[in-house]
Amino acid sequence: MRIMLRARESRWLAPAAVLVAVVITLLLTAGPIRLAGANPVAAYQRYLVTPLTTVNGLSEVLLASTPLIFTGLAVAIAFRVGYFNIGAEGQYLAGAVAATIPGLYLPSLPAVLALPLAIGAGLVGGAVWAFIPAWLKRHARIDEVVTTLLLNPVALLLVQGLLNGPWRNSESGFPDSDAYGAGYTLPAIAEGGRAHWGLIIALLLVAITWIVMSFTPLGLKLRAAGQAPAAAKFSGIPVARLQWRCALISGGIAGIGGASQVLGVQHQLTAGISNGYGYTGIVVATLGALTAGGVLLVALLLGTIAVGAQNASIALQLPTQMGAIVSSTLLLAVVSLVALRRYRVVFRRRRGTPEHDGQATATDAQATVGDR
Amino acid sequence: MTAPPSAAGAASSVSAASPDSSRSSPGSALAELVDITKTFGALVANDAISLSVLPGEVHALLGENGAGKSTLTRILYGLSQPDSGEIRVDGRVKRISSPADAMEAGIGMVTQEFSLVDTMTVTENLMLAGVGLGRINRAAARAKVLAAAERIGVSIDPDAIVEDLSVGQRQRVEIVKALFHDCRVLILDEPTAVLVPQDVEQLFDSIGRLTSAGMGVIFISHKLHEVTRIADRISILRRGRIVASRPAAGLEPRDIAALMVGAESVAAPVASAENETLADALATSIGLDPADLDGPSVSVGGSALPSAAIRDRSRATRATSPISEATALQITDVTLGNDGSRVLDAVTLSVRRGEILGIAGVSGNGQTELVNVLCGTLTADRGSVMVDQTEISGLDPAARIRAGFGRLTEDRKGSVIPGLSVGQNLVLEDLDRFRIGPFLNRGAVREHVQKLIERFDIRAQPGDPIRSLSGGNMQKVLLARAISRGPKALVASQPTRGLDIGACEYVYSQLRALRDEGAGVLLISEDLDELLGICDRIAVIFSGRIIGELPAADATPEALGLLMTGHDTGAADDSDAAVNA
Repeated sequence: MRIMLRARESRWLAPAAVLVAVVITLLLTAGPIRLAGANPVAAYQRYLVTPLTTVNGLSEVLLASTPLIFTGLAVAIAFRVGYFNIGAEGQYLAGAVAATIPGLYLPSLPAVLALPLAIGAGLVGGAVWAFIPAWLKRHARIDEVVTTLLLNPVALLLVQGLLNGPWRNSESGFPDSDAYGAGYTLPAIAEGGRAHWGLIIALLLVAITWIVMSFTPLGLKLRAAGQAPAAAKFSGIPVARLQWRCALISGGIAGIGGASQVLGVQHQLTAGISNGYGYTGIVVATLGALTAGGVLLVALLLGTIAVGAQNASIALQLPTQMGAIVSSTLLLAVVSLVALRRYRVVFRRRRGTPEHDGQATATDAQATVGDR
Repeated sequence: MTAPPSAAGAASSVSAASPDSSRSSPGSALAELVDITKTFGALVANDAISLSVLPGEVHALLGENGAGKSTLTRILYGLSQPDSGEIRVDGRVKRISSPADAMEAGIGMVTQEFSLVDTMTVTENLMLAGVGLGRINRAAARAKVLAAAERIGVSIDPDAIVEDLSVGQRQRVEIVKALFHDCRVLILDEPTAVLVPQDVEQLFDSIGRLTSAGMGVIFISHKLHEVTRIADRISILRRGRIVASRPAAGLEPRDIAALMVGAESVAAPVASAENETLADALATSIGLDPADLDGPSVSVGGSALPSAAIRDRSRATRATSPISEATALQITDVTLGNDGSRVLDAVTLSVRRGEILGIAGVSGNGQTELVNVLCGTLTADRGSVMVDQTEISGLDPAARIRAGFGRLTEDRKGSVIPGLSVGQNLVLEDLDRFRIGPFLNRGAVREHVQKLIERFDIRAQPGDPIRSLSGGNMQKVLLARAISRGPKALVASQPTRGLDIGACEYVYSQLRALRDEGAGVLLISEDLDELLGICDRIAVIFSGRIIGELPAADATPEALGLLMTGHDTGAADDSDAAVNA
């Protein structure tokens, strides 16, 4: 038996890999759920099915997914072009801070002006936060992974500093900002639900990204620049410029995510505004294979599990962390299987050349690839 | 192991090229490779190669890039497994399936990339090499370092941090590391490529000490004068075969050059000539050797003149229409590197329209850098490059492509995006032509790609990932991409390296067709047969300088071989003589 690199993968392989990953996840997490004193089947139903069966549950799932679509898309765009933006968390926070400025200082603007202004501010805020690492990368070749990551806690400290200083709540004295003016509220999509128009913006961005990546020369150039920067440069693609622009766009989208959250949910700035959405965005982007559609699906899945985990903690007394255990196991299973699908297992029929079995795997794999 | 070859069979493959082979005493060899064959797909990297190292011998291995040298040494060091053939150590068949096996058998290797931990001391690095369970005895290791340094006649500070050492010192540490495993056969892979002259002297001194103590050394180099100085025996690889293996005594660099470039039938009588000096013998054979040239030839004053036969044979493949006077590609004074170490030194070349200009040279003399400068991936310190009437030296790669400059570099895999499809790679450099507003015109792309696949006979579907293509097919994609645009000038660097015969022929026919359409082609190759076969003129690069240029009709492998080893004065005489005649 040998493991060989596949020359070509068939269409059904990727979906099949995800399906197998789900089955593996269910098997692996059954133990911890049982240990926590619940019936695994009932728990899976709570995690994956119950949230989607009621209108209210559905609305909560969409609400939980919205920030993940923004951050996931932001990360996917940057990763696609080979710019490893780990700073969506900080850019998201910077966007929330920027959206707060008009919300606090121009409270009486009507919604038709206030919302575009605040969302635009969020975009600029996120892009500004992404600017420093992108500039350092372009002009001093400083690795963006480190700089974007290190700016995340700085953004959180900025939020906390503002909330403990100039933006401290004038009524309660708690470290939360005052509520924004009435115009600064993203309306709900449907009466009674909490899902808001931030989701529509997110879906619009998903659609634009999908169109750009799949149907334009620009998309092809971005993919080339991300996959093989040296070869792309050789073919006349301005890799550094594309990375620079995508870094700023990525920061901008994460910033809109932050703005959408304060405008649609909190209506004020709080220190807990992020809840790690920026980091989860990396998971969303990776699991979604850096595609717009993949990001959307994974964000919805993780949103479902998050709502389901709340549900299960009430109904089955399962700790809410169990939701994180399920989604993390799923992540690992999917990533491993997606890597594995590039290989195939070959059972040898012929005998007589035993010395090949152990030693020739690598070259055979190459030959297989070569003579397609 | 399949079909262990008879000793006689193994010996005959070498003795065909070298009647005076000294393999008469195979039992005394420290290590022996017997009938080693290794193929990568259709490419035969090693074709029944037999080679041995005797105690106290420096055995030099020479050949172009891709001739199979590194494959062979990788097999001996256990990094790669042969398809057939065997390795014998001290006369006994030994299976070497990993470097650990090789070290245990007393075989050590020092590659160009050192494997030292920069932040550790010399002693610590060497302790790493032999680390196992149990306590570490630092004092003993330190003493061992000093003893080994003594053995190769150098002083090494065992407590120095590796990153503070010079390249030469690090190489000494690598050699000491190899000696730690009681090594008796040491493989040195282009050890002088990274060294300054003083360090080369030191290295040769160390090699001398080791061989006088009975060790065998396999020495790989491109620098012929070094090889003639240090080697006891010289084997030359060409296209996966040993074309010559003979004692180094009395061999001159020019003789080796002649052997390397495939003039073995010319050089054969040289080795058998007893009293005549070898250089003279070669000079004679260059001018007059009926066996090689198969026709009447003329010799004037001992200087090289081409035979009519060669001229006739080559002419058939050369430009049928007269070469235009207009230049397609003008390279002027291109210089790279500072005064101390010039990688390119005032390179000036002019390719006319309807002409193929070849650049011959032993690899590492600036060819790669020249291509990178032309492609715009490396910036020259000085000089200008004109395509047709456009100055391109300040432009980015995209603008150079637009100016009519086509590229086929030696790094095929570095010229495509492996994850994209054949079709996407084919249009990657011309995306602006397939645009409707901001969108990609998929219909036009499909049509264009289908046309190229048919015209260039690419054996793949448009949607196949390009990484799944064989080397020859990938080269066809690159050819299609470069040629379909109708370039005014094309640089092709090692365009046939690693390709099988059919694919080579295809590349040649495409280059000729492009030339016949009036483009200028700059062909950089290490294969003189290739250059002599399709070029109109051949320039020779040595140490980053163009040291000679010959019309291909007047060039012979011997004359080019001389130039390739840096004999520029002799070359000038040759070409003068040719012109006067």
